[in-house]
Amino acid sequence: MTAAADHVTQPKTSSRFFRRALPYLLSLPALLVCIGILIPFFTAVYYSLLRFRLNLPALKGFIWFDNYINFLSDPAFWNTVKISLVYAGLTVGVELLLGLGIALLLQKPTRFNNVASILLLLPLMTAPALAALMWKLMTNPNFGILSYFVSLLGFHNFKWASDPSTALLTVTLVDVWVYTPFIMILLLAGLRSLPKAPFEAAALDGVPRSFVFFRITLPMLLPYIITASLFRLLDSIQQFDIIYSMTQGGPGDRLMVFQVQSYLEFFQYTNVGRSAALLIILWAITYLLSNVFIKQWLKLRERAHGGA
Amino acid sequence: MDHTSGLERAIRGILIGLVLIFFLFPIFWIVLMSFQTNETILRIPPSIVFEPTLTNYSALITGRLETTAGNLDIAFMKNLWNSVLLSTLSVALSLILGVPAAYAFARFRFRLGEDIAFTLLSFRFAPPLLVLLPLSLYFKQLGLTNTYIGLIWVYQLICLPLILWIVRGYFEDISPDIEHAYRIAGNSWWRTFRKIAVPLAMPGIAAAGLLAFIFAWNNFIFALILASADKQPVTVGALAFVTASGIQYGQIAAAIVLSIAPTLALALYAQRYLVEGLSLGAVKG
Repeated sequence: MTAAADHVTQPKTSSRFFRRALPYLLSLPALLVCIGILIPFFTAVYYSLLRFRLNLPALKGFIWFDNYINFLSDPAFWNTVKISLVYAGLTVGVELLLGLGIALLLQKPTRFNNVASILLLLPLMTAPALAALMWKLMTNPNFGILSYFVSLLGFHNFKWASDPSTALLTVTLVDVWVYTPFIMILLLAGLRSLPKAPFEAAALDGVPRSFVFFRITLPMLLPYIITASLFRLLDSIQQFDIIYSMTQGGPGDRLMVFQVQSYLEFFQYTNVGRSAALLIILWAITYLLSNVFIKQWLKLRERAHGGA
Repeated sequence: MDHTSGLERAIRGILIGLVLIFFLFPIFWIVLMSFQTNETILRIPPSIVFEPTLTNYSALITGRLETTAGNLDIAFMKNLWNSVLLSTLSVALSLILGVPAAYAFARFRFRLGEDIAFTLLSFRFAPPLLVLLPLSLYFKQLGLTNTYIGLIWVYQLICLPLILWIVRGYFEDISPDIEHAYRIAGNSWWRTFRKIAVPLAMPGIAAAGLLAFIFAWNNFIFALILASADKQPVTVGALAFVTASGIQYGQIAAAIVLSIAPTLALALYAQRYLVEGLSLGAVKG
């Protein structure tokens, strides 16, 4: 039908060629920006195969995969892998549970619940780097309000992010503060869009609420949960803002996640090759994860468009 | 669900209260701190009773910090201005680039169309440093380091995918029939695009633009690497300012408040669009 309509009504001036080129012309400017970004990407791939230190330019040369191979025997690298995965798993796990809990609490669309859910978005609207700064002030050992609270509980001299044993916990707390609302709002949107019929039927039959939750609510909410957690997982494994502004990867190498490590490799040790190799490894991990995400997302999209 | 007992309602109420305290207390406390002098901030035990002062804010606005180590000039207002400039211009540019592209992806099936769309989206998932570190070397060669143009271009990494995907979804939700009718009446596609498609998708475009603005404002890593002091936005500036001013905690708090207030105000004002935009862009597509 479209083709026929086009055929009849096409103004004389617009040629067949123009019509075929139009979508490309429309997306070309965005595409050019995208190509501009592909250049630094491939440059990074190239750098990762070099011995390339900014302070020793004479040594620059191809070493193929030596940067990567060197990482395999480097405990610092494995620490980076471990801490990045632990950080991502911990933050997303806590945020998912908490976000689901809050979404369930606010599920009924009452006026109070709506206002509360909007207020809960405020942390999400705070720049993560600045949120980290806020928490740094609140956990200051001298005057921080949180340090005062824990001292009331008997923990004097609690060092928060500057103590290796509590640093991970502290940054996780900040991440949870910033990003739980993200999961909450997606799951809330999901919960409120679920069809009513199964729940009414279950209520009529007097089905226990735990059964309703685990057998009806949770499975129907699953697509939303998957989308939200994969979104967060991709972000979290690349966390930089919160960790860098709070501890710069420290104390020691306690919070040396991928992006902080490669930032320091680049600017502190001026080792471009190693820095690039680290980022390529991180990219490979996120690429795999985002493929899972995009497949899932496409499936959802298909279902949403086809099922309606 | 409707036959909830009084006890259950009470428990729910308490839980929601705790959740609200956890998520809102930090903002509340920093705002309180920003109206205090070091003297009252450093009190033990802390108290919410104090005589509010505006000195922290006036020090930031005039750019003169009086510390125990002497007077210090800071460019905090310049940082704020940089944030306004960078976020606004970046969003404007990505609307100009993104809306036509989103329209193309939504309305036409063309070869490589989906591939291009996915490539653009995939930048959202790549580690930012992967692009930024090589770029910092290129920028040096091109003379783009520490320029607004260079930064605005890089900010497209955040804004463009967001706008593309949200606006595309809106265009797809609008039936093309109205556009066809308008075309049949003898109007060019460009006129149709301007007079019919864009106005119909306006809520989506506005939501996407607001979201992109907030993300651009909150960005930290791009400017940290590509901008030095005089082009830095508040996210980076505030961090540097903390180490520089050291002991004036009230001023640090005031700086945080001034840095997050604009986006918070915008977000509150536009919350309905934003929630819609967030859930549409992420889940529905």
